[in-house]
Amino acid sequence: MPEAAGRRTGGIPLLTVVVLLALVAALYMVFIYAPRERIMGEVQRIFYFHVASAWLGMLAFLVVFIGSILYLWKGRLIYDRIAACSGEIGVVFTTIVLTTGPIWAKSVWGVWWTWDPRLTSALVMWIMYVAYLVLRASLPESRKKLQFSAVYAIVAFLDVPIVFFSIRWWRRGMHPSDMTIDPQMIHALIVACIAFTLLYLLLLRVRLDVQRQQDRLDQIRRTILERE
Amino acid sequence: MTIWRQSLFIAWKDLRTEFRTRQNFLTTLFFAFLVILIFNFAFDPGSVAARESTPAILWVAFLFAGMLSLGQAFTREKEDDCLLGLLMTPVERGVIYNGKFLANLLFILVMEVCILPVFIIFFNVSFHGMFALFLGIILLVDIGFVAIGTLFAAMVVSMRTREVMLPVLLFPVAVPVVIAGVKATTGVLQGLDVSVYANWLKLLGGFDLIFLAVCYYVFKYVVEEN
Repeated sequence: MPEAAGRRTGGIPLLTVVVLLALVAALYMVFIYAPRERIMGEVQRIFYFHVASAWLGMLAFLVVFIGSILYLWKGRLIYDRIAACSGEIGVVFTTIVLTTGPIWAKSVWGVWWTWDPRLTSALVMWIMYVAYLVLRASLPESRKKLQFSAVYAIVAFLDVPIVFFSIRWWRRGMHPSDMTIDPQMIHALIVACIAFTLLYLLLLRVRLDVQRQQDRLDQIRRTILERE
Repeated sequence: MTIWRQSLFIAWKDLRTEFRTRQNFLTTLFFAFLVILIFNFAFDPGSVAARESTPAILWVAFLFAGMLSLGQAFTREKEDDCLLGLLMTPVERGVIYNGKFLANLLFILVMEVCILPVFIIFFNVSFHGMFALFLGIILLVDIGFVAIGTLFAAMVVSMRTREVMLPVLLFPVAVPVVIAGVKATTGVLQGLDVSVYANWLKLLGGFDLIFLAVCYYVFKYVVEEN
């Protein structure tokens, strides 16, 4: 895989500063700007990062899907790498959703876990992408690994909406489907989502750099082994 | 039409091999029987809880046994490089997928039909005159399950951890099929009107069509010899 060698870490310091500023802005919006919720109280503030993480998870899995299709279509290594790195980030943020959800639920609904449709869908989605990472980890680096994981990612992503609908019909939910919400809360949510999207871009960029160096190292190792 | 003839040929080859030994079939059948038996011990027989979970028990038995047989479908091809021979036949990769899919589907259907009397006797179920519809539900669930199962089975066959990897990959994706199968079966066993669970039948139909088409097209990426 000769294309593994590549560019330097350009743009990362600048992006880091932007992400830090955005996160500070989001924290300000969430904890100071947004009003205190009347019934749920302070715990409701978990909502902003909960929803932003859910959004980020979906975005990351969409990128996995697109990267996998592009890899099968064009066969370029970079598409596979983008898919794999985005999959890891998606799993991390879906884990955050599945952690903040029960914390919030415990204080509002009185239970850690309910088989609520969105919670259950998020859990099934999380399991599918953990399986994606397990699949990648259990295959040696080869074209086969890249193709298998791309195929699995495509099937899994097409399955996500079906899972969502089936679970929605399976159980009536506790998540509010239409709620009137203070405009200031919406502002805070939008800022949190933007900050998280920028964070995603940064994480993906850094992770791809690490991957590129890993690939380069593997290449050097192979070259040395061939010479000996 | 030739595509269908070729697919049937591959399916026929698999089924004939299976018919000559019957080993895989009998063990799978016995496994499904055991699952049903063990659930009988887990629930108090005749209790409300046992009656309410009947459809779930049925599908757990069917799909676990189905998964076992899917795992075998490509393992046999691995022996003596049979898969290589199959790939060298002058047919499209999709045709091989079709053939494998048909053979697996038929295998699982026959297994289920054999286990059904045991299930009916043990759980004392009544179909309220909708036995044909019940068979239709089984067919719809199996098509979806086998469609993705055949693809994943081809994928894991070359892996060391294939026995673990197949369920790890297959069951999360099969969640909608499981829910829909259980819900529709519950409807039939409780004698509800079809309109109550028609949604689930549509969902199953949609799942089947989407994944048959997708798996047919991506199958070539999982059987290439590297």
